[in-house]
Amino acid sequence: MTDLTSAAPLLEVEDLRVHFHTPRGAVEAVRGLSFTLGRERLGIVGESGSGKSQTGRAILGLTAGNGRITAKTLRFQGQDLLSLSPKQWRAVRGARMSMIMQDPKYSLNPVMTVGDQIVEAYRQHHRVSAAEARLRALAMLARVKIRDPERVFATYPHEVSGGMGQRIMIAMMLIPEPDLIIADEPTSALDVTVRLQVLAILDDLVRERGMALIFISHDLPLVSSFCDRILVMYKGRVVEDLKASELHAARHPYTQGLLGCLPKLDQRQETLPVLRRDPRWEHGTLEEVTR
Amino acid sequence: MTGRAEQGGPETVRPSRSGARQASPGRIRLKRAGMMALRTLGSLAVTFLGLLIITFLIGRVLPIDPVLAAVGDRAPADVYDRVYHEMGLHLPLYQQFFDYVMRVFQGDFGTSVLTSRPVLDDIVRVFPATLELATIATILGVLLGVPMGVLAAVHRGRWPDHCVRVLGLFGYSLPVFWLGLVGLLLFYMKLDWVGGPGRLDAAMEDFFEPVTGLILVDALLQGDMEVFRNAVSHITLPAALLAYFSLAYIARMTRSFMLEQLAQEYVLTARVKGVSEARVIWRHALGNVMVPLITVIALSYAHLLEGSVLTETVFAWPGLGSYITSSLLNADMNAVLGGTIIVGGVFIGINLLSDLLYRLFDPRARR
Ligand SMILES: Nc1ncnc2c1ncn2[C@@H]1O[C@H](COP(=O)(O)OP(=O)(O)O)[C@@H](O)[C@H]1O
Ligand SMILES: [Mg+2]
Repeated sequence: MTDLTSAAPLLEVEDLRVHFHTPRGAVEAVRGLSFTLGRERLGIVGESGSGKSQTGRAILGLTAGNGRITAKTLRFQGQDLLSLSPKQWRAVRGARMSMIMQDPKYSLNPVMTVGDQIVEAYRQHHRVSAAEARLRALAMLARVKIRDPERVFATYPHEVSGGMGQRIMIAMMLIPEPDLIIADEPTSALDVTVRLQVLAILDDLVRERGMALIFISHDLPLVSSFCDRILVMYKGRVVEDLKASELHAARHPYTQGLLGCLPKLDQRQETLPVLRRDPRWEHGTLEEVTR
Repeated sequence: MTGRAEQGGPETVRPSRSGARQASPGRIRLKRAGMMALRTLGSLAVTFLGLLIITFLIGRVLPIDPVLAAVGDRAPADVYDRVYHEMGLHLPLYQQFFDYVMRVFQGDFGTSVLTSRPVLDDIVRVFPATLELATIATILGVLLGVPMGVLAAVHRGRWPDHCVRVLGLFGYSLPVFWLGLVGLLLFYMKLDWVGGPGRLDAAMEDFFEPVTGLILVDALLQGDMEVFRNAVSHITLPAALLAYFSLAYIARMTRSFMLEQLAQEYVLTARVKGVSEARVIWRHALGNVMVPLITVIALSYAHLLEGSVLTETVFAWPGLGSYITSSLLNADMNAVLGGTIIVGGVFIGINLLSDLLYRLFDPRARR
C-alpha cells in the first residue's frame, strides 16, 4: 500500500444518483448521496426501499441493467470508478472491495460446492495452484470458526444452515483481502440465535485486517453498536450523518422516530408509536426540517 | 441436512465423537444414491407393467379378431377353432395376460401380418434407423440450441435475441413435409450436395451387412469409409431438419431458463467476486440452467425416438414411425402393439437416463 491511500480517503462519494427506467417511468432510488469513508466502520440505516442496497451496488458498479449511475465524484483509493473498463472493474471487485449479501440461501450458487466457490474467489485474484488455493480456503473456513473445514469444503449450500452459510459467505468475500467490505443486511435473514455469532466473526476480521466496512441495516441499535459513524437514509437521500456515540443527540425527526419506535423492554407499552412522516423530509436539509 | 450439526456455533465446542468421520458427505451421498437406484428401479417396473396392461387390453378391446387376422376370413370353422385354442383365447383373461407378459419378456411379440416376419425382427431392423436419426438430430439441437438460447437471454431485446426468436418461429410454423421436400429439391436435385431419400445409395444398400443397424457405426467398425461417407450424405438432410425443430424448442426453453437464473442473487455474488462475465454466464448461470434443461432435452429426444412419420416418409427413411403407422393403417395389431411397447420402453429408458443426469447436475436432488 502506498501512503496515498492512508492520506486520501478510501472512498469519496459526491452527489451519487441512481435511477431506473421502468415501464411506469423513471424511479430515483438514490438522490444525491455524498459521504467520504476512511478506514472506519460506517453504518447506513433507513427503512426498506430507502436506497441502501442500491447505494452499495452502485459503489461496486453492479447496478441492474435498467439503472443509470451519475455522480460528481465516485473515487475509490484515488481511482475514478465511473471511468473503469469491465476489465479494470474485475480487478477492483473482490480484490479491493467486496460485498456480503443478505441471505446465503440465495447468494450461494446451489450447484457448486462451498469449497469451489471460495477457491474461485481466491484464484480470481491470485495466481496459485488449485492445491494451494484449497489450503487457503480451508484456513479461511477455520478462520470463520467452522470446526470441520474439510467436511464443509465438500458440501453444497443447501446442506448447511443459515448461520454457517453466512460464515461461508464471509470467508468467500474476505479471502482475497479486500480493503472495503460492504455488508448488506448480513444478519437479517438469520435466526436470532446465530446473529451475534456471525456479527462477532465479521467484526473480528474487519478489525484484525484493518478493513473499512459499510454496514447496511434497517436496525438502528444494531448499527450504532457496530459502527463508528452512521448515515441515516430516507427516500434515497442522507438525512442525517452522525457519530454512533452521538446518536442520542440525533436532530432529524426521522432519526428520532427510528429511535422512538424501538420497544423498550423496561417500559410496558401497549402500542408502538407510529412514525408520522413530514413531506419536508423528502427534500429539506437538516436545518430546514428541524426549524 | 448434514450442516445442522454445526448450528451449535463456534462457542459450543463439542467433544468430537468417534462416529463423526462416518458422516462424511461422500459416504452419505453414496448411501442415498443406492437407495434412489432401488426406488427408481421399483417405479420403473411398475410403469412397464402398466404399459403391458394397456397394450394387452387394447389388443382385447379392438374390434379386430386376432384369429381372423392370422387365418384369413375364408378359413373353415375347424381351422378357426384350432387357432383360437392355440392362441389361448379360451383361457381366463388373467391367464392370457400372464402368458402375454411371459412372451413379451422372451421378445416374442407375435408375427406381423404385413411382413410375415416376427415383429421383433422387424423392430430390430427399423429402430436403429430412427435411433441414428434422432440421436444425431438431438446432439445437433443441443450443441446449437443451448448456446443460441444463452446468447438470446444475455442479449435480451437486441439482435441476437430477435434472430433466435425468428428462427424459432419458422421452426414452429413451417410444415415438416414442405421443408423436407424443398430441402430435397434444393440440396439433392439442384445442388447435389447431399444424398437422396433412403439411408444409402440403392447400389450400396445391397452389399451392406448390418451389425448394429446403425449404419454410421457399422461402417466405421468395418472400416468402410465409402459407405460411411455415403450414409453421412443421406442422413444430413433429415437430421438437419429434425435438429432444426429440436433446436428451436431447446433454444426457446434455454432462453427462458437463463433469464430466470441471471436474475438470481448468486449471479450477483459471482460478479462481486470479480468473476468474468463469460464465466458468470457459462459456468454459474448455465450450470443451474442445465438442471431444468435436462428434462427438456430428454423430452425432445424421446419425441424424436418415437419416429417422426412425416420426416421418415419424405426421406423414405425406414424407421419406427413409418413402421408403426403402416402397421396401424393395415390393422396389423401385433406389429402395432409391439411397436407401442418399444416406444413405451424407450420413454421409460429416457426417463431413467434424465433422472440420473438430473442428479448429476443438481446436488439438491441427491437426497
Ligand atoms: N432494477 C430496478 N428497477 C426499478 N426499480 C428498482 C430496481 N432496483 C431497485 N429499485 C428501487 O429502488 C429503490 C431502493 O431499493 P433498495 O436500495 O433495494 O432499498 P433498500 O435496500 O434500502 O431496502 C426501491 O424503491 C426499489 O423499488
Ligand atoms: Mg436492501
